[in-house]
Amino acid sequence: MSISETANPRGSVADRLRDALPKLVLSPTVAIVAIFVYGFILFTLYLSFTDSRILPTFGLVGFENYDKLFRLRAWDTAVSNLVIFGVLYIAICCVLGLLLAILLDQRIRAEGFIRTIYLYPMALSFIVTGVAWKWFLDPGIGIEAVVQGWGWTDFKFNWIKDREMAIYTIVIAAVWQTSGFVMAMFLAGLRGIDSEMMKAAQIDGASTFALYRRIIIPQLRPAFMSAFVVLAHMAIKSYDLVIALTGGGPGTSTELPATFMYSYTFTRNQMGIGAASAVIMLMTIAAIIVPYLWSELREKK
Amino acid sequence: MVTVTSSRSFSPGRFVLYALLALFCIYYLLPLYVMLVNSLKPLSEITAGGMMALPKDWTLAPWLSAWSSAQVGVEATGLKPYFLNSIIMVVPAVALSTLVGALNGYVLTKWTFRGATIVFGLLLFGCFIPFQMVLIPMARMLGLMGLAGSVTGLIFVHFVYGIGFSTLYFRNYYAAFPTELVRAAQIDGAGFFRIFWRILLPSSGPIAVVCIIWQFTNIWNDFLFGASFSDFSSQPMTVALNNLVQSSTGVKEYNVHFAGAIMAALPTLLVYIVAGRYFVRGLMAGSVKG
Repeated sequence: MSISETANPRGSVADRLRDALPKLVLSPTVAIVAIFVYGFILFTLYLSFTDSRILPTFGLVGFENYDKLFRLRAWDTAVSNLVIFGVLYIAICCVLGLLLAILLDQRIRAEGFIRTIYLYPMALSFIVTGVAWKWFLDPGIGIEAVVQGWGWTDFKFNWIKDREMAIYTIVIAAVWQTSGFVMAMFLAGLRGIDSEMMKAAQIDGASTFALYRRIIIPQLRPAFMSAFVVLAHMAIKSYDLVIALTGGGPGTSTELPATFMYSYTFTRNQMGIGAASAVIMLMTIAAIIVPYLWSELREKK
Repeated sequence: MVTVTSSRSFSPGRFVLYALLALFCIYYLLPLYVMLVNSLKPLSEITAGGMMALPKDWTLAPWLSAWSSAQVGVEATGLKPYFLNSIIMVVPAVALSTLVGALNGYVLTKWTFRGATIVFGLLLFGCFIPFQMVLIPMARMLGLMGLAGSVTGLIFVHFVYGIGFSTLYFRNYYAAFPTELVRAAQIDGAGFFRIFWRILLPSSGPIAVVCIIWQFTNIWNDFLFGASFSDFSSQPMTVALNNLVQSSTGVKEYNVHFAGAIMAALPTLLVYIVAGRYFVRGLMAGSVKG
């Protein structure tokens, strides 16, 4: 039996190859990530400082694209829409997710079945969700028409056609799709809580409400953190749902940064401005994700 | 669904609890119900305000139309060719990214080296970037590689951006695998690939399922890459569905749209129903690790 010849400093080609093998196996991935993630990020960053229009060009114009971007009314709309959408989406998902998790944590019959129902929208494409809600919320055939048909002829629900309210329909559909996922995260958190502590509190006569408010919910902080990070980054990246549900309309009333970037880059031929908007999106996401990954990876050590 | 058989007395509190849970079931199932019933009725029943009602005239015509004759973009091909595109795209992309992820996870846990955590961190960050940031250079790169507007190009893109998550899954899974076993095999003279093939891979079943399901769902459901990098002949299902629904010519055939939407949803839904447990595990591993 040849005991670990790797320790032998003979250094033949075969030995060295064997030592290098793990890194060799990893190297295609490293190369791919270096080029297609970080190289591309640098490329787009560079483009955001150029006069690119239909195609990438390399004449540097300094911060002109950023300057133009921040003056654009369409970008302003996209950003304020993202704030409205993001805040409501995250808040409602968290509240609903927590509520559902607590309800399901009461030794429910058929819990697995109910959980499956709450979570299935997460398996769907945002395009499917968008199509379903687009027609469901359509005043001509959807819920408004149905309720009017039932006799409440004054009933109005035309948010999707209303410039002021259309952004809230995106919230409705997005919450429907993701709240079950948040429920699953909180449920996992609840199941991880030390049951001894809960028993002790119950013996001390704490009401169920007090038990949750004082003891259980504070312990869900890590689940809240994860939910926030996941939801925030999904909100910033939201593109498909808007395209399928409203197409950014009526007018430009439901444009988000992701749809703004796409239309400025590929249909309005303002590639420099499009690249600048992508850079802003990346920086926003990085501000949320980097600290999170940092703490996760350090804990692991 | 509320049956009282347990020894516990049935309190009003529990009644409210079950009522609430049932209400939420309705909330989540409603859009699916709407899609399903309206895909099985003639258009006239929908436009007459009967969206919530069961079909009076049950018909499969919308399904047939959505599959093989509906107008998608400029051609009246139905969704069938695009469904096939999605399958041709998803299978190799999932297989490749899973295999590479497994090897990466193996190296990063059992053959670890200085800076491995940094490499992994950089890899992981790549999962979360807004893909708007890579659209422009990727379009150019696919052009240079001669893959612009092809299904092969989409396979490549999904493979590239799928590696991060698949590595994450296998790395976290292999981290819990006893390193002593690997060392012992090494002493017995087993090499790098032999150890992977004989020792780690046979016990990787669960995580492979998690990874495959995650990648399958993500790639099947992708819209952004499909919309950016495909042309009329290589569009995936999601893009074709969107074209079907948004096409502004002629009458809006809602029943056909709903049938198409269910077709686009069916593969991932089926996977979810069959292997929901693994799907949830994948979701969680992508957010709360450990």
